[in-house]
Amino acid sequence: MNEFVSRIRERNMKKLVIDPVTRVEGHGKVTIIMDDQGRVDRTRLHIVEFRGFERFIQGRPYWEAPVVVQRLCGICPVSHHLAAAKAMDLVVGVGPEELSPTAEKMRRLMHYGQMLQSHALHFFHLCSPDLLFGFDSPVLKRNVLAVAQEFPEIAKQGIFMRRFGQEIIRATAGKKIHGTGAIPGGINKHLETADRDAFRKDIEQMIEWAAAAVGLVKQVHGKNPTYFDNFGSFPSNHLSLVGKDGALDFYHGTLRAIDDQGHKIIDQVDYTDYLRHIGEEVRSWSYMKFPFLRKLGKKLGWYRVGPLARLNTCDFIPSPLAQKEFEQFRAYTNGKPNNFTLHYHWARMIEMLHSAEVIKQLLADKDLTAGELLRRGKKRGEGVGVVEAPRGTLIHHYKVNENDQIKMCNLIVSTTHNNEPMNQAVARVAGQYLDRQQITEGLLNHIEVGIRAYDPCLSCATHALGQMPLQVELENSRGEVIQRAERGSGA
Amino acid sequence: MVKAKIATTSLAGCFGCHMSILDIDERILKLAELVEFDKSPINDIKRFSGQCDVGLIEGGCCNHENVEVLRAFRKRCNILVSVGECALMGGLPALRNGIPMTECLKEAYLDGPSVVDGSIPNDPELPLILDKVYPCHEVVKIDYFLPGCPPSADLIWESLVGLLTGREADLPYELIKYD
Ligand code: SF4
Repeated sequence: MNEFVSRIRERNMKKLVIDPVTRVEGHGKVTIIMDDQGRVDRTRLHIVEFRGFERFIQGRPYWEAPVVVQRLCGICPVSHHLAAAKAMDLVVGVGPEELSPTAEKMRRLMHYGQMLQSHALHFFHLCSPDLLFGFDSPVLKRNVLAVAQEFPEIAKQGIFMRRFGQEIIRATAGKKIHGTGAIPGGINKHLETADRDAFRKDIEQMIEWAAAAVGLVKQVHGKNPTYFDNFGSFPSNHLSLVGKDGALDFYHGTLRAIDDQGHKIIDQVDYTDYLRHIGEEVRSWSYMKFPFLRKLGKKLGWYRVGPLARLNTCDFIPSPLAQKEFEQFRAYTNGKPNNFTLHYHWARMIEMLHSAEVIKQLLADKDLTAGELLRRGKKRGEGVGVVEAPRGTLIHHYKVNENDQIKMCNLIVSTTHNNEPMNQAVARVAGQYLDRQQITEGLLNHIEVGIRAYDPCLSCATHALGQMPLQVELENSRGEVIQRAERGSGA
Repeated sequence: MVKAKIATTSLAGCFGCHMSILDIDERILKLAELVEFDKSPINDIKRFSGQCDVGLIEGGCCNHENVEVLRAFRKRCNILVSVGECALMGGLPALRNGIPMTECLKEAYLDGPSVVDGSIPNDPELPLILDKVYPCHEVVKIDYFLPGCPPSADLIWESLVGLLTGREADLPYELIKYD
């Protein structure tokens, strides 16, 4: 146990640390403070890294943003690539509805390819060990290689689905990771017919496997529905883009937020207006900020984003197989929002199926292989671009000066929206499973299972640059600060 | 046959290099025959369980925790490989080198347009940030370097198999990119 946990005695409190959180993308750690009775006193998910993109991107030419900013995150670089490109479309005077059909469809293909690969990666490579072997299975089993040994067919399907998505990205962006396809005002190439034909050959198989993956989640859930439903669950608001007519849409739409009962808090909000609706709070113990809906304020305004939130906010899914699954998903909670943390997996697999179906529709479209690539309009000094990334709503906002240099950049990434929900999940799971228990490694993995459901991309979330933690606090036994020493933050 | 042990870590990187490792796709299964994974973010082994043959490092060093992890890797791995531009040269995060820290902080936590009542995070749980982002070879000795952002899956595969089996890696010009 001591291998995994460091304990620190402070004021009769005991601190458990899970560091690093593994099988998530990026760097984070959890601290759990317990009193001497073994009761959980306080839990926190800390994001411990920082980059400084908002500042160091200043002065770079605007057209660099789509290729540079994606280096925040190698797991869903396409989302950053496209959000930045959409913002820069506005800067070169091309609105979202003014892109050429070829440009829009190529970008969609790239994006849905990425949704497929990212969801497959998360489910098969990172989470399936928990779901297939159990949350407190032996450490050495909890990885994709062990899954490959015991469930070779499932592992193989996961690997091939991810590969298919990555190949779509390569064919549209030139490279599987950190490509260049989207440029301000459009796209830089067509889809090669050879690539298209190869994808057409495989797409039916992908749809079949994705449908099987939805089945797999339902099967895991069916084994112990009460346990699965209650695990780290709590009511919350939900936010996402929704497309025209309320359809699920990952590439474009307007902002909608609902409360835990399904009432709309905001709807049909033009995302270039996001600042009027979303604010961010800073807390001293994490480099990741805490977004909230201004209408409800800091305390009540936090919300979930990502697959679960999207299936709660949208009205329907515009592809037949996924729509059928969606109806079942909705019926499970009688049409009310689904607030069960582990149901993220269910929602994620329905979205993976939907992505495969959309890719099939797109591959039949001749605009991909011919047509106008690029448009230009009247230059503007500001642009906002928003997409639904695999992990949720992703906001990029830039201002550009008369020399074409970026002078302001604001990013609210998907995982940041889920900051409070992940902290809530950690607190719930700790309360449910750790309180007054003999702490074992397996129990601690439960905490990570709660975090993993959100598929956090902590890489993305570390774009902000933080201060040296040079504050020393002296507390009395009641936890009140009696003395504080602080050093300024010079370079 | 005793399997070789490999460990991987992501320091100040974007995880793209780890994704590129996974882009070896079905060769993952072959890799499983050659090696056993020790500490890595893709499994739940959080501390080294023994001496490793090869360590793969993604990302440079931007805080003291990165430095500690990198030193531990040097100690526990016989061969250490820098994977990708961030490990080789600091990469994109190193764009902050040369910008005063206070400016970066202000921008993110005080002046950002969506920030409400900003303040600067400064909890003892957060690791000490370094003055600059350092490439790995400035902190410890590195044995091999794989360039690219990220290096392609084929480059990673070829080099790794070369290292593990002792046969000379076949690395044609097209595999090696400096993007
Ligand atoms: S080298 Fe490129 S892909 Fe690798 S961690 Fe750095 S930014 Fe990401």
